[in-house]
Amino acid sequence: MLADKDRIFTNLYGLNDWRLAGARARGDWDNTAAILARGRDHLIEEAKASGLRGRGGAGFPTGVKWSFMPKKSDGRPAYLVVNADESEPGTCKDRDIIRHDPHKLLEGSLIAGFAMGATAAYIYIRGEFYNEAGHLEAARGECYEAGLIGRNAAGSGYDFDVFIHRGAGAYICGEETGLLESLEGKKGLPRLKPPFPAAVGLYGCPSTVNNVETIAMVPDIMRRGAAWFSALGRPRNSGTKVFCISGHVEKPCNVEEEMGIPLRELIEKHAGGVRGGWDNLLAVIPGGASVPVLPKSICDTVLMDFDSLAAVKSGLGTAAVIVMDRSTDVIKAIARLSRFYKHESCGQCTPCREGTGWLMRVMDRLVEGRAEIEEIDILDKVTRQIEGHTICALGDAAAWPVQGLIRHFRPLIEERISAFRQRSVSLAAE
Amino acid sequence: MTAEQEPDFVQPEHFAFDAESEQAIPGILAKYPPGRQASAVLPMLDLAQRQMRRTTGSAWIPTAAMNVVAERLAMPPVRVYEVATFYLMFNLRPVGKFHLQLCTTTPCWLRGSDEVVAACRKATGIAGWHETSADGLFTMTEVECLGGCVNAPILQMNDDFYEDMDGPATERLIASLRDGETPPPGSAIGRQGSAPLGGPLTLLDGKG
Repeated sequence: MLADKDRIFTNLYGLNDWRLAGARARGDWDNTAAILARGRDHLIEEAKASGLRGRGGAGFPTGVKWSFMPKKSDGRPAYLVVNADESEPGTCKDRDIIRHDPHKLLEGSLIAGFAMGATAAYIYIRGEFYNEAGHLEAARGECYEAGLIGRNAAGSGYDFDVFIHRGAGAYICGEETGLLESLEGKKGLPRLKPPFPAAVGLYGCPSTVNNVETIAMVPDIMRRGAAWFSALGRPRNSGTKVFCISGHVEKPCNVEEEMGIPLRELIEKHAGGVRGGWDNLLAVIPGGASVPVLPKSICDTVLMDFDSLAAVKSGLGTAAVIVMDRSTDVIKAIARLSRFYKHESCGQCTPCREGTGWLMRVMDRLVEGRAEIEEIDILDKVTRQIEGHTICALGDAAAWPVQGLIRHFRPLIEERISAFRQRSVSLAAE
Repeated sequence: MTAEQEPDFVQPEHFAFDAESEQAIPGILAKYPPGRQASAVLPMLDLAQRQMRRTTGSAWIPTAAMNVVAERLAMPPVRVYEVATFYLMFNLRPVGKFHLQLCTTTPCWLRGSDEVVAACRKATGIAGWHETSADGLFTMTEVECLGGCVNAPILQMNDDFYEDMDGPATERLIASLRDGETPPPGSAIGRQGSAPLGGPLTLLDGKG
């Protein structure tokens, strides 16, 4: 188990003061100017060497992403945009960081913003996190008052502003270009890429969108060094991660653990185990609603990191572990996700707009078994006509849970269809 | 709503930001660069909705308020309408004093959101989604993942999350609200944030 001394989010549960005094006692904002004095190139190299990969779901190497920003300004301002639109079903880690460790996010914004040459950060927080946004606003106020952000931020000689912007309820605004559109005061319709945000982002200026957890990890990585972070976890999958363990476990919780921890150990050590014991496990969605479900046989041994989960055709995603015991109607569990994607599709691309509704309607019929066996293959085929054929990844996200269900639970679906048919036949015979 | 249907509520002809809202507007506009004031459309609509709650007891955005926001931000009204209709948190018709927003997405469903929904229906007498109770106190809305999944099921009442809910806790909450009391938000079973039931198993050195 990860030692407490290697944990970054030492106020994850909010047992201590989240304000500036408490944050300083935990080591935040300690001579931040010295970190900035190392220079942009050094910080980007340190981020690369740490192996930090984006914690918002896609897992793109953070230092590499920063390096896409222009080295020299052409006169336009540049922006760091922090994605705090946490809405991936199963995921509630950024919420804890924002309400209990807001200063880690703010200090990380300054360091990351400086490293990429940004003049300001916009933190886009989902509208439902009203109370959490209140903590963040208060922490931001403390920073301005203490001279930690604003003119000559933290005594570094660098000017850097932070603004907090609340969303208003739309999952699609968690997609980086949908978020930028929303921040500009429009509907959150994702943009075609290229141009990528690093060239043309917010207000047509160079921008980088990073997740809350990614940015909040930056100060500790810079203080303790890339070697400390990369020694945790496995190669290409380094560091720590906040896992959200929900569903049918004895004690659902968030916990920061080492990347690569076995799924079973994660659930049993931290969440009190599967309800009714490990043998009562049916399936786990290991990384938020968008990644394919895994049956128990894979859960027995799989490790929780990007590459291990990709190897079993699922993904780490946001590391939101949704546990289902044997009492679960897994077809219904996935059908509810299909309804989610139908609800959240922005409607811009036809395969997603029409496809998510189609998936939902077929999935709803499969819950009852009111379908033909051949429709399972048609369903699978349709998911592949959505996947990869849309501007943003919402189409993929809608396709993958259904593909995972068919891959691992086809006999259950067939059984459901046969049972429905038998019921219809016997009713007709009466 | 189809064109033939008569709305069952009245759109006020007039809306103006009151003194309290006006005080907040300069701070909102100052967040965005010059010429980018359209960025303020979400916070301005939110401000209008909060003013409606404060002054009428119902948090919603009349068309007249959208027009005021459009004028203040120098946007064509239709741009404001399309934003207002895109985002779920904007109520375009009146809601009850207590807006019950029930998450039924898979993580909440696995932990018993069906029970919470049933308890809400029983305690408020509301039959369908988006309906308001006869006394005007409660509106029930089904929402997608609220981002509190390890404290599921979640019931959001106005701005606050009520967590680790079940049927009886839901009925108690609604009874309290009806009696004019607002119980403190958070876990219904006394959990510390997202820590496991019974207390944290990590961060035990006193600093966590």
